[in-house]
Amino acid sequence: MIAYILRRLLMLVPVLFGVVLVSFSLLHLVPGDPAQIMAGEVATAQDIARIRAEYGLDKPLVVQFGHFVWNAARGDFGISIQSRHPIKELLFQRLTFTLQLSLASILVASTIGLLAGMISSTRQYSVFDTASMLGALFGISMPIFWLGILLILVFAVKLHWLPSGGTGSLRYLVLPAIALGSASAAVIARMTRASMLEVARQDYIRTARATGYAERVVIFRHALKNAMIPVLTVFGLEFGYMLGGAVLTETVFSLPGIGRLLVEGIFMRDYPVVQGAMMVVGTTFVLVNLLTDVAYAFFDPRIRYD
Amino acid sequence: MSVVATETLRERYERVAAGGELADLWRRLRRNRAAVVGAGIVLVFVLLAVLAPVLVPYNPIQGNLNDRLLPFSGTHWLGTDELGRDLLSRILYGARVSLQIQIVAVVLALIVGVLLGSLSGYLGGYVDSLIMRCMDILLAFPGIFLALGIIAALGPGLVNLMFAAGISSIPQFARIVRASILSLKEREFVEAALALGSGSSRIMFRHLLPNCLAPIIVQSTLRMATVLLTASGLSFLGLGVQPPTPEWGAMLSNSRSYLIVAPHVATIPGVAIMVVVVGFNLFGDGLRDTLDPRLRQ
Repeated sequence: MIAYILRRLLMLVPVLFGVVLVSFSLLHLVPGDPAQIMAGEVATAQDIARIRAEYGLDKPLVVQFGHFVWNAARGDFGISIQSRHPIKELLFQRLTFTLQLSLASILVASTIGLLAGMISSTRQYSVFDTASMLGALFGISMPIFWLGILLILVFAVKLHWLPSGGTGSLRYLVLPAIALGSASAAVIARMTRASMLEVARQDYIRTARATGYAERVVIFRHALKNAMIPVLTVFGLEFGYMLGGAVLTETVFSLPGIGRLLVEGIFMRDYPVVQGAMMVVGTTFVLVNLLTDVAYAFFDPRIRYD
Repeated sequence: MSVVATETLRERYERVAAGGELADLWRRLRRNRAAVVGAGIVLVFVLLAVLAPVLVPYNPIQGNLNDRLLPFSGTHWLGTDELGRDLLSRILYGARVSLQIQIVAVVLALIVGVLLGSLSGYLGGYVDSLIMRCMDILLAFPGIFLALGIIAALGPGLVNLMFAAGISSIPQFARIVRASILSLKEREFVEAALALGSGSSRIMFRHLLPNCLAPIIVQSTLRMATVLLTASGLSFLGLGVQPPTPEWGAMLSNSRSYLIVAPHVATIPGVAIMVVVVGFNLFGDGLRDTLDPRLRQ
């Protein structure tokens, strides 16, 4: 297992290097002079020169990249052009919120997805099965931002049950978590159903039934344990993809997450913030995938020998 | 056990003689109800998008401020938006914009992805490692983030949106083609072609790529759905198609301020996106079930 983890860690190095390279390149792919674009349209020559010196844009590209890598390794992304706050602090605050939202969403997704998938698999081709798989199809096809708008319309505007946005108590997380978690709930439901049906065809399940075990025992003690192994991978992947979906959810519900920080950074041409946000999200996603792979290998030893 | 494995030569001859492989495929596809529904939705969407200039009752860009936020009526079937523009006309033109984005982005991803995946799978070694590590890097940014990064560098707009959505989809094509080529290049027909003196490019274009068509077609169909969601998401954020061009995501973004007084304005573009995505997903799933011999029962 340790050898497997070390091998995966080694494979991580070029990917993380690539994440740093892509984040660094963003500023240099901008058509025109990056310093002028960052300074804005009404900036004076002095302002542009100040930004060029402050962000080291007057140095050769290789030196700039070296500085970027060194600073990124220490979590230092400089100062935001717009807010003049250290970007490290902004990223930390915003990422903490996005992770909270993602955790709440995965809770919603796993509760709904696992239940729907399990019930569907035990009642294949029943009305419930058809309805839940139809629901799953709409779940993966519905744009997150539109679902968010509909939830606000029904639960905040019409029924006044929940707040339409902002932060505060846990109540503020309910609608965003449902909006962000619905697509993952659909994926988990489909995966759980398929995995349970696959396991139910195995010989050892037939043997358990023939031995006289109650159906509940067969499902929960024998089938579920093995059926959960592929579902576990989906959990990790979905958690990662929630970081992506958070951009839209945070915009709809006016939440202070890292996705919204990135969008604000793009609008304000605050490129150091954009670079920092891209790096942090990319690194978090890669690490979540690594943890998922390790967990998968832990539960299914065959993976380690691939 | 699959039909392919148990089918006798005589049965196969009869099947092919009865109408050929394509007819056989068509028969199997027609039997898949979900695929038929999906294909129907996609066909209607494409027809509406192509015929939009003929079908629209009003100019989708120009509105009448006296007719702002009107509900459904005989003159404006789907009502009007915040600038008094006819919603039906904007939805129909929005279909045209969406289809344009989907086709350009998927074709871009398909060409680059298939090329990279084929080289990676066929050549192997360092080329394979280099290309696949590059794909891993592109996949290191979740969902919409890579497209956002590209838009951040190039700026918002229709062309950049197509490019961003296309680039984000390259790794999926590259991986699928690489996997197919890896399994195909060990097969006897490739060995036979090599023994007959065929060159690498002939083997690639005459023998390997035609055999990868099924997963490429399925992936292209499913990607049309993903690209629509990504593109409408970026336009919703204000980073994709710019006003006054009618685009479903941008229309939803503008309508948020009128949720209480005119909820239909915030509902219709969302329904349009969802129905089209459902159509492509159903059709893609149906195609996969039909084209993948392992799933044939």
